[in-house]
Amino acid sequence: MTQFLMPSLGADMEDGTLIEQLIAPGERVKRGDIIAAVETQKGAIEIEVFEDGFLDKWLVPLGTKVPVGTPIAEIRSSDMPDIPQPVDPVPQPLPPEAPQPADPDITPPAPEDPNVQPPPADEPPDEIRQRVTPAARRKAAQAGIDLSQLGTVGIISLDDLPQTQTAPLSAMRQAIAAAMSRSKREIPHYYLSDTVDLTEAEAFVTDHNTDLPPDARLLIGALFIRAIARAVAKFPEFNGVFKNDQFAPNPKPHVGMAINLRGGGLVAPALHDADDGDLDDLMTRLRDLVDRVRQGRFRARELTDATITLTSLGDRGVTGITGIIFPPQVAIIGIGTPQWQAVVRDGNVVARRTATITLAADHRVSDGHRGAGFLRAIISNLQKPETL
Amino acid sequence: MTEPDLRSIVITHMGRIAPEIDIETIDPTADLRDECDIDSMDFLKLITALGSELSLPMPEADYDKMRSFNDMLAYLKDRTA
Repeated sequence: MTQFLMPSLGADMEDGTLIEQLIAPGERVKRGDIIAAVETQKGAIEIEVFEDGFLDKWLVPLGTKVPVGTPIAEIRSSDMPDIPQPVDPVPQPLPPEAPQPADPDITPPAPEDPNVQPPPADEPPDEIRQRVTPAARRKAAQAGIDLSQLGTVGIISLDDLPQTQTAPLSAMRQAIAAAMSRSKREIPHYYLSDTVDLTEAEAFVTDHNTDLPPDARLLIGALFIRAIARAVAKFPEFNGVFKNDQFAPNPKPHVGMAINLRGGGLVAPALHDADDGDLDDLMTRLRDLVDRVRQGRFRARELTDATITLTSLGDRGVTGITGIIFPPQVAIIGIGTPQWQAVVRDGNVVARRTATITLAADHRVSDGHRGAGFLRAIISNLQKPETL
Repeated sequence: MTEPDLRSIVITHMGRIAPEIDIETIDPTADLRDECDIDSMDFLKLITALGSELSLPMPEADYDKMRSFNDMLAYLKDRTA
């Protein structure tokens, strides 16, 4: 018997709400099946099972919010019942302080831990310490109220907070803030940029699409992804994750695509094995991914598996973007909006379509010299679109 | 196909991509992608949906004739005439 735990879908996730049970008790499941959906700060995430067997029972009722690491279902292995599973497939279950209720009926609500607010590390040392109730501190953090403006007389409670018209940060905004703050805190970024000539790549896409129906057409974004996926083969130090003080390169490129969402926010789910299949296949998978993400449905693996990220501004953006690495990854490529530029080629000024391409990478893992080689490899791949 | 019919079809498909946009309030002569904040993937999705519903090839070479809401209507009217 194996317990299926509420997975951690990112370093910033503390709890999740079980919103769909897609398999009934007694039903057979096999590795990769989607068995549940969990509501997180980033929207509804489909959760896959990592072994073959039978779903024995659900341990958490629908609609219940539980901390990461809480058992949510029991899976009976198909051939070896009651053998404990040796490897826990769920990423980062919480250490034992997470409540692990055996009986779903007594599942406590997710604890409101006042420690979840990061301590104001860079708060200037005050002569007199301000006294604030935990509830007021939490509300102030959510509403963006600066407690230092409230003085230090007496204990500051909820009633003392100014009524504010500003809405609290959305869950999405909080998730982005947590990930990006961690990145800026922990990752010693370095940045490189260059100009990439996209004339051939655009012509290749136009030519490819000429007689194709809309649903078979390529977007240049698919070429960007493939060019990165190919380049990391020779530059493995940009493809992987930095965890426990060391870098673990990934054998396959799972390229995270920064996708902005209507109504605010962005996510960067992984396009798995971006070096596999032809460009049409990659484009099909890209369309499917963007479609599902915009509908607020993506899979747990897509949120956690990216090994490098691409942020592309599309055709209505600005010249350039310098990315912030999405931890625990170690590199992010930014591609600006392609524009017409006068370029000197063989002594002549010619009109070419160019874009600014940037690399932000982790100095704990690589240096600018290798970074430059990596960036040049991506640029070079984009000069030969027919080989992608 | 009549213009009101086409108009309603375009509005329906735009609504699926940009549900929060009230098409009546956009500038019908401005770039549809700017007015509704849609990217190349959304635009491709719109073209796919319109082409499929109206049985039109919607070639990429004609994209420039579909830039604004009014351009799009005129283009569809011309091709379905």
